[in-house]
Amino acid sequence: MAAPGSPPPLRAIEELGRATLRSVDWVGRGALLLLDSLEWIALGRRRGQALRAAPVFSEMMQIGVRALPIVSLLAATVGVMLAIQGIYQLRRFGAEGQVVIGVTFGMTREFAPLITGILVAGRSGSALAARLATMTISQEVDALRVMGINPVRFLVVPSLLAMLFVLPALVVWADLVSLLAAGVYVSSELGMTLQAFAIQTLDLLAAADVLHGVWKSLFFAVLVALIGIVDGAAVRGGAEGVGRVTTNSVVHGITAIVLTDMLFVFATTR
Amino acid sequence: MQAAPPTTGSSAPVIEVRDLVARYGEREILHGVSFSVRRGEIMVVMGGSGSGKSTLLRHLLGLERAASGSIRVLGHEITGMSETGLYELSRRIGVAFQGGALFSSMSVGENVMLPLRERTRLDRETMRIMMRLKLEVVNLAGFEDLMPSELSGGMTKRAAFARAIIMDPAILFCDEPSAGLDPVVSSALDELILRLRDALGTTIVVVTHELESAFRIADRITVLDRGHVLLVGSVDEVRRSGNPRIRNLLERRF
Repeated sequence: MAAPGSPPPLRAIEELGRATLRSVDWVGRGALLLLDSLEWIALGRRRGQALRAAPVFSEMMQIGVRALPIVSLLAATVGVMLAIQGIYQLRRFGAEGQVVIGVTFGMTREFAPLITGILVAGRSGSALAARLATMTISQEVDALRVMGINPVRFLVVPSLLAMLFVLPALVVWADLVSLLAAGVYVSSELGMTLQAFAIQTLDLLAAADVLHGVWKSLFFAVLVALIGIVDGAAVRGGAEGVGRVTTNSVVHGITAIVLTDMLFVFATTR
Repeated sequence: MQAAPPTTGSSAPVIEVRDLVARYGEREILHGVSFSVRRGEIMVVMGGSGSGKSTLLRHLLGLERAASGSIRVLGHEITGMSETGLYELSRRIGVAFQGGALFSSMSVGENVMLPLRERTRLDRETMRIMMRLKLEVVNLAGFEDLMPSELSGGMTKRAAFARAIIMDPAILFCDEPSAGLDPVVSSALDELILRLRDALGTTIVVVTHELESAFRIADRITVLDRGHVLLVGSVDEVRRSGNPRIRNLLERRF
């Protein structure tokens, strides 16, 4: 508690300290939740509360399959955009043909996972936060606990698993769609055939590049799921609180994805 | 699925709370609460808003940890009990939450069956039969395929009761059963509570701020005020009490 008499500079420092503690607390919650989830995945059966496949599938449907149209649209758009920018830059050197390199690596290593991650954070991370918040307020989480149904096992684990299964698949799909769209644009712009573009792309592309994106997406999956749940469960107040934690989860989710992406690239690519 | 036999003699109280102190952070909500609930009785915990009755309920359910004091439920000390212990105990306890707390993504029938699905190895047909039986008990027969959003307030509460008694609990907790209901529906719900006790012999703990409902169903009443127990006694004892705080509560019909 800030003493009411603290001079402004001291108050600012106090506020900073409090904010730091809150962030540490928040990260700690996420970490504990992850450990708890892994424990349930490993030991659920032995504890007599085995995981069920049905909720995982229905979450996968919601997070993954229903996101296909919008993921495809964004991936195609970013692919074409990257091609346009690439051709513009390379024209200075008269090396427009090299645009394939930029598009191929840019999409598979960076943009496909990033766009997909951000989209899933906005679409499903927020939905998860809203659901958790609503369930907390309406005492559904309490109801689970008094029925002896562990909320982590029942609510968190299916979402986490679905996220882990679906996000890499979405990334690979985004790779395909974006490269196809870029190929169509580049071939018409530079007068090369789509086939030539495809051959060049496949020639350049190593499994490691696709996997670079896929690995990242696994991190994003964990982040989006945990952030949605931790933010949602921290709800205070009624409907207004639900709105607030939902917004928080999107901001936190996207920030975490971008920062993690940078760290991942820094650690693996130099 | 039947509640396990009592672990202590039948004369021992089903719930015994002694000197319970509850805190949320710095704020002390309950300042040493003591009372006990006998087997088969309907105990109403009565108090206005801010009396600490919701906090007391959360502690009885093991949802919050006591700062100090003792809570014995069915012979087990639950303060400081492990998750596993609470998990075992939860099998013998049913709770009807204030707003029903039905899961909105499941139909009424699935909601009622959920404890069976998660806690027993019964086959689906048996579970459906038990679910229909319990829905009949609460006068909701035939409503199993509706979604919670399609139910009225009174029906939601009754569905929550059906879910709370699906495992034939030894103790049934009801949080504000009549809150937000019109008088007719509310008194029908009181009838239901009385019927459940008479038919199943379940010990029932009701937390409420509604005087009329409390007087109608209670065997005994615990009056809670600002974190203290003012009185534990029969309906008559509460009515006749000279305690100014209780008189205040009674006359203002809060």
